Amino acid sequence: MDFLVFQYPMITVQACLDGILLGVLFALIAYGMALQWGVMNIINIAQGDLVILGGYIAYFMYLYGIHPAWGVIVAPVIMYFVGIAIYKLVINKVVDRDLFISILATFGISILFMQLMNFAFGADVVLANSGYGTTMLFDSNVVLPNSKIFSAFISILFAVCLVIYMKKSKLGRAIRATAQNARAAKILGVDTEKVYAATFGINAALCGVAGALISITFTIHPYMGLPYTIRSFMIVIVAGLGNLPGVAMSGMGLGVFEEFADYILGTEFRIGSVFLLLVLILVYRRFKLSRKREYLK
Amino acid sequence: MRLNKIILSFVSALVILFSTSVASFAKVVGDKIILGAAISLTGKYSSNGVHTQNGYNMAVDRINSMGGVKVGGKTYKFDIIYYDDESNPKRAAQLAERLISQDGVEFMLGPYSSGLTKAIAPVTEKYGVPMVEANGASRSLFTKGYKYLFAVLAPANLYLDVAIETAVELNGGKGVRIAQAFEQDAFSQDVRLGILDAAERTGSKIIIDDKLPKELNDMAATLVKVKQMKPDVLVVSGHTKGALTAIRQIAEMKVDVPMLAMTHCDAAKLSKQHGKNSQYALCASQWHKSLTYKDDFFKDGMTYAADFEKEFGYDPPYQSAESSAALLVFKDAFERANSFDQKKVRDALAATNMQTFYGNIKFAPGGQNVDKPMVLFQVMCDASGKCENKVVAPLKWASAKLIHPVPKWSER
Repeated sequence: MDFLVFQYPMITVQACLDGILLGVLFALIAYGMALQWGVMNIINIAQGDLVILGGYIAYFMYLYGIHPAWGVIVAPVIMYFVGIAIYKLVINKVVDRDLFISILATFGISILFMQLMNFAFGADVVLANSGYGTTMLFDSNVVLPNSKIFSAFISILFAVCLVIYMKKSKLGRAIRATAQNARAAKILGVDTEKVYAATFGINAALCGVAGALISITFTIHPYMGLPYTIRSFMIVIVAGLGNLPGVAMSGMGLGVFEEFADYILGTEFRIGSVFLLLVLILVYRRFKLSRKREYLK
Repeated sequence: MRLNKIILSFVSALVILFSTSVASFAKVVGDKIILGAAISLTGKYSSNGVHTQNGYNMAVDRINSMGGVKVGGKTYKFDIIYYDDESNPKRAAQLAERLISQDGVEFMLGPYSSGLTKAIAPVTEKYGVPMVEANGASRSLFTKGYKYLFAVLAPANLYLDVAIETAVELNGGKGVRIAQAFEQDAFSQDVRLGILDAAERTGSKIIIDDKLPKELNDMAATLVKVKQMKPDVLVVSGHTKGALTAIRQIAEMKVDVPMLAMTHCDAAKLSKQHGKNSQYALCASQWHKSLTYKDDFFKDGMTYAADFEKEFGYDPPYQSAESSAALLVFKDAFERANSFDQKKVRDALAATNMQTFYGNIKFAPGGQNVDKPMVLFQVMCDASGKCENKVVAPLKWASAKLIHPVPKWSER
């Protein structure tokens, strides 16, 4: 049983495709996290909760008879303003303090969001049905729900748009300048306060998109945010800040890794294996860094 | 000196406050029997917590308006002190402690979920407070030798037992190949143990045995295995998340399996959220309104459902029905004990043997109800897409014939 992957070779193909489609979605969330981590030096523990809130927006559209796929457009717009509001209320007070303070602050926001969502939307598990159907490959041995393909496609689309925006637009350049050296950027006339607010807003908007996609492909629940925070944290750590292709690659890598861990170790070790991988990578990085340090000496 | 005086007066004020509050909340005041309950009104169990509370309240109102409880020639009315346990076991244990030692409650009703009942039971046991609970089905609750815990529901290991039995029967008495996926929590793991027992008893083979994570919202990997290995029965239990995720992904991945059995379908509002995709799913349930049990207070399941709907605006899930039954059990025990002595009430509870609209109730020495089988219903939809749950097993209560094997997706 343990080696189903070898008994049924089609499972390998299925696992890779499932993993990649899932990983692209993770990468989108992670990209938002990398962005604000790089620019503002804030690790946002509430990342996953912003995702879930985005999911609820799509869900409510679905409830009122609008196709939830439109949530991909509506959720980021609403979430952008939610992001700005969080920035103005909380984050701007902790933005230049040390990392620990910001972790505490966003942890608080995370708890607050969970409880508020539970209060407002109830503790039921909900989902939005897209009615997208299924794609069958290889004599229907490999099955891909179209909702997963749709969500991967939208994730890539948003990521590409964002990269172009960052490269070409004025705000994008200001964000990148602030990330490189906030002080120098300020001296040269960049309004860093505005840049910070916009960055946080963009991150929340990305979470909104991801949330809408999750409500279409999986299920949402007020307390389901944390696994998304952890996965995106891990992807960013593996890829490093400001390394966009790295984020995409490590996102997909993580997705595939999870799927294979599921088949080989068993479903119960799926999340556990992600944590194990995180520890291994941190240890490896430390090891590499310490060697570099010796060299510098 | 002045500080000492202030402290002294503060302490004495507190003492007075506590002594009065104990006096005003003691177990039986005037014509009121006061029960205590910690319920999840907020947090992750809040929807089922509310179902539980509605069930309790409905029974309290009904019993009170129909003459109350007669003890020692006097008539008493029920009243309940509720606290919100925030779906948190630690908080639930604290609140039980508070209900008993500060509020002076001498009889308790259970919280929602096995986990929270497990947290409260040691406290009620320590103080010798009889607790009738309606929402903790985990087998481990009944193997600890608790003397003051009584559960009106069937234990978790019996939830899907019937499904395996039925599958074997339909297979001509030969064992079947079972695929199962269970969340890793006390309740679902107990359901799993029940399946293991049933498999052994019937000579069935378990070919997939997955444990799902707590934050489960993707079980594609399990379903891919099911697709390749083609079991006869797929069993899934993971609360509402499990039920919703399973149906969504089975439909999306077009997984064909002759029998699909689950728990928590009605809590998940399966047929409402998934419509036709949920068709043919078999669901374990403690109760269904079409069962023909009867009592004097709610008459039967149909009347209960209609009255409940009138009062709370929705169809009662079994969580509400069993909670209402807990009050009927308490009333019956008080009257038979003819006393408010905790030991006497406890003994009367242990000797309970009655029928309620919810089912027969008779407690084993461990405290679980052994006189009420689980029922299985199947989601059935008509051509217009309207879906209904129909009882299909055990045969005694079946209101429709089980559709087996489930039609293939390509033929739907």
